[in-house]
Amino acid sequence: MDKKVLATEEQLAYANILDSGMKVGLLTLIVTFIIYLTGILTPHVPVNDLPNYWKMPVHKYLTATGIHPGWAWLGMLGKGDFLNFIGIAFLAGVTIICYVRIIPILLRKKDTIYAVLAVVEVLVLALAASGLLKAGGH
Amino acid sequence: MLEKNLKLLSLAVFLLIVLFSAAQVFATAEPSAAETPVTGSSMPWWAWPLILFVVTFLLGIVAVLGGVGGGVLFVPIIGGFFPFHIDFVRGAGLLVALAGALAAGPGLLKKGMADLRLAIPVAVIASACAIVGAMIGLALPAKVVNIALGGTILGIVGIMLMAKKSEYPDVRQADTLSTALRITGVYHEASSGQNINWKIHRTPQGLATFIIIGIMAGMFGLGAGWANVPVLNLMMGAPLKVSVATSKFLLSITDTSAAWIYVNNGAVLPMMVVPSIIGIMLGSIVGVQILAKTKPAAVRYIVIAMLLFAGSRALMKGLGIWN
Repeated sequence: MDKKVLATEEQLAYANILDSGMKVGLLTLIVTFIIYLTGILTPHVPVNDLPNYWKMPVHKYLTATGIHPGWAWLGMLGKGDFLNFIGIAFLAGVTIICYVRIIPILLRKKDTIYAVLAVVEVLVLALAASGLLKAGGH
Repeated sequence: MLEKNLKLLSLAVFLLIVLFSAAQVFATAEPSAAETPVTGSSMPWWAWPLILFVVTFLLGIVAVLGGVGGGVLFVPIIGGFFPFHIDFVRGAGLLVALAGALAAGPGLLKKGMADLRLAIPVAVIASACAIVGAMIGLALPAKVVNIALGGTILGIVGIMLMAKKSEYPDVRQADTLSTALRITGVYHEASSGQNINWKIHRTPQGLATFIIIGIMAGMFGLGAGWANVPVLNLMMGAPLKVSVATSKFLLSITDTSAAWIYVNNGAVLPMMVVPSIIGIMLGSIVGVQILAKTKPAAVRYIVIAMLLFAGSRALMKGLGIWN
């Protein structure tokens, strides 16, 4: 058997999107971090004050800095620190895109069980990404 | 090749230092948007992110040479010896493990080493449970998390010392579930030039185990290769290389769900996350180059010793013995 045929069509489609997405996400992360460090955009939390906050539990940090959890960062992209969340969200979102890409392939191959599993996975990841699930403070 | 990478690495470190220096200049003049508590530290703000970058770079090398994921070293070591709260350490740990898995995933999938058919059912369970784990982890007090983390890390040390590996497990008959799901495959073994056919068994038990693995991955932000590989290889009977590769790829899905919970609950600080991701990735590149030239068996024992120390530290921190 030719070793080139060992990966299935859906596996290769998944891999190609993952490859591109990871590179774009990582590059975005590096560029936005340079913008953050150079101060081109003023951060919401001044970098000088960070040592006071990073030792706090997250719920105290949010209260002290006036940051709203969830997708509120989208409204704060003009701030140097929140700009970094574009790359972070991209890296955390690329898997969802990969799954969405393989669903039509699985349906075309009449692989119904795996198509359903892929849809369920998209729903699980979308729920996690939605911001609807809030963890209680401690 | 190694020399070229070291030059690139020196350049990256130099640029990072320049950037931190530039940041120091603008930081003195910027207005404060947040209510600022009084600081008790004498170190400049940029010192810890810079140290974090250097340490994660070294962790990246050690992780590759020791055959473990970066996340399992990151959380106990950074959580134990850096001033960052464990909430942010776990958030960063998940993103570090996620970035590593995303980087490795495409190559492993294209070569047919990681198997999508094996990963998809496992991922549904592990990623859903990782959400639960992340929510539990963020709701628990730090000392409880540290005690549980310390216990888990010491357990991982036990697994690393005792767990056997099976290159090609003997799977006489695939079970009903894996047959129905058609979880079987062929991978090309480069060392022998052969195509290896494989199938799995004990699928229901394996999938049930991923409930616990998913919860622990989300709760501690560790990544979960240390648990994925023994379950896929020893319990379910996938060949070792397929287990290792599928485990690495699986982390890109499990950690995605948990990472979103940490992101959406505010437990992600870019000043921790980005130097950590860049540091561990550059370290991994150098680690792979070193691994190509030498295979230091002693490194695995160094990793075990590091985990033993960091796990004990987390446990004692949680118990209030060593703060």
